[in-house]
Amino acid sequence: MKKKLSTDEMVKRLLASDRRSAARLITLVENEMDDHHKVMSLVYPHTGKAMILGITGAGGAGKSTLTDHLIGKFREQGNKVGVVVVDPSSPFSGGAFLGDRIRLQSHSQDDGVYIRSMASRGYLGGLSRATYDVIRIMEAMGNEVVIVETLGAGQDEVDVIHIAHTCLVLVTPGMGDDIQAMKAGIMEIADIIVLNKADLDGADRSLRHLQGALTAGSFEEGEWMPRVVSTVSAASKPEDLQGIDELAATIAEHQAYLRKTRAIDQVKYNRVEQELGLIFKDELQKIIFKGLKGTGKKREYIESIIEQQDDPYSVVKEVLNTYLLTGE
Amino acid sequence: MSRGRKKRILIAKPGLDGHDRGVKVVARALRNAGMEVIYAGLHQTPLQIVSAAIDEDVDAIGLSILSGAHNTIFPKIMSFLKDRGASDILVFGGGTIPKKDLENLKSLGIGEIFTTGTDTRAIIDYLNTTLER
Repeated sequence: MKKKLSTDEMVKRLLASDRRSAARLITLVENEMDDHHKVMSLVYPHTGKAMILGITGAGGAGKSTLTDHLIGKFREQGNKVGVVVVDPSSPFSGGAFLGDRIRLQSHSQDDGVYIRSMASRGYLGGLSRATYDVIRIMEAMGNEVVIVETLGAGQDEVDVIHIAHTCLVLVTPGMGDDIQAMKAGIMEIADIIVLNKADLDGADRSLRHLQGALTAGSFEEGEWMPRVVSTVSAASKPEDLQGIDELAATIAEHQAYLRKTRAIDQVKYNRVEQELGLIFKDELQKIIFKGLKGTGKKREYIESIIEQQDDPYSVVKEVLNTYLLTGE
Repeated sequence: MSRGRKKRILIAKPGLDGHDRGVKVVARALRNAGMEVIYAGLHQTPLQIVSAAIDEDVDAIGLSILSGAHNTIFPKIMSFLKDRGASDILVFGGGTIPKKDLENLKSLGIGEIFTTGTDTRAIIDYLNTTLER
């Protein structure tokens, strides 16, 4: 049964919200199989309307649990939801343990929710290289909201900012003071900072630190000033959950701000600019390695650099001249 | 990093027993063998497992059953996969499953059953061989 459908047929079925076709196309794109570029060309005209929500934060901060609740909120609003969850690949084996589905089970039998786990496959920045394309496939599938959950991020895995319209950064009490909150990197990409596990000791102090750090920034008139929302996303009784409604309302507020001020245009421009850079890099590298393949030159170059007969920049210049500028 | 098709395996524990040490050992071994393991965890219904397998486009589903419910759960999974046009997904399993039941389970289309005491290398070899298409 597998592999029988043509790419065109799978895309046609994707546009009719067929889950199996969506799933297969994602695999095709993720593995950079032959029709990858063709699929994306066919899919592209059917994208651009969904709201893309990024969720990042350290491992264990509660991203998946919170995502599970947010899916529920978006479903209440009548939106279909696609979710991409990224976990790291092993730098040793290339394998991965993708465990986010465990906390994303409330909607496992809801046809309006499509969840896909992805391994980072060595891509830095908190996502996987294919994430850009996978979001588009989920948009073409008919999802009005696409949630992108990064792998457990530290200070600098900020690529989600290039993809998401609204970006949530999760922190938990005791993760540091206002100095941590003032550092460049992940804290600056937040449109909304979520202080999760706000029932833990030290939550009040953390909230003060976060708000203090935010108010130390300067914002133009009419510019979005990041908000802090306290939440409790894991509780044995539903009535012990906190802040989920407020968070959903704050996300809606940020979306309204993006549309009203046309800031969304800049977000979209930045995304495409970033994406073009990545594609150029990938394609150039492919051309060059294709040129070098089987010539034994790659080893020669590497050895000449190690032996200091040459340096990396000179080698790259020479290779570019040979395989690119002269057209192989 | 690595290009080309990666093996994706859904690992789940259907039914009511909560003994997940074994299934975690297997999941970790597959990870270390370079596979992408989607770990669905405990108490999964057959329908949840089949939906997850389809959405995640896995090559195989591995089920751990130590509760004795294998003769109910495996047939359900196979029938849901068939209903959804997904019979090409390999199903394998493990746990405390009596020898007398193995033949019947295999006749349902279950690829292999690894009973307790199996070396994880046997599971890796099996998947590497069976999934090379």
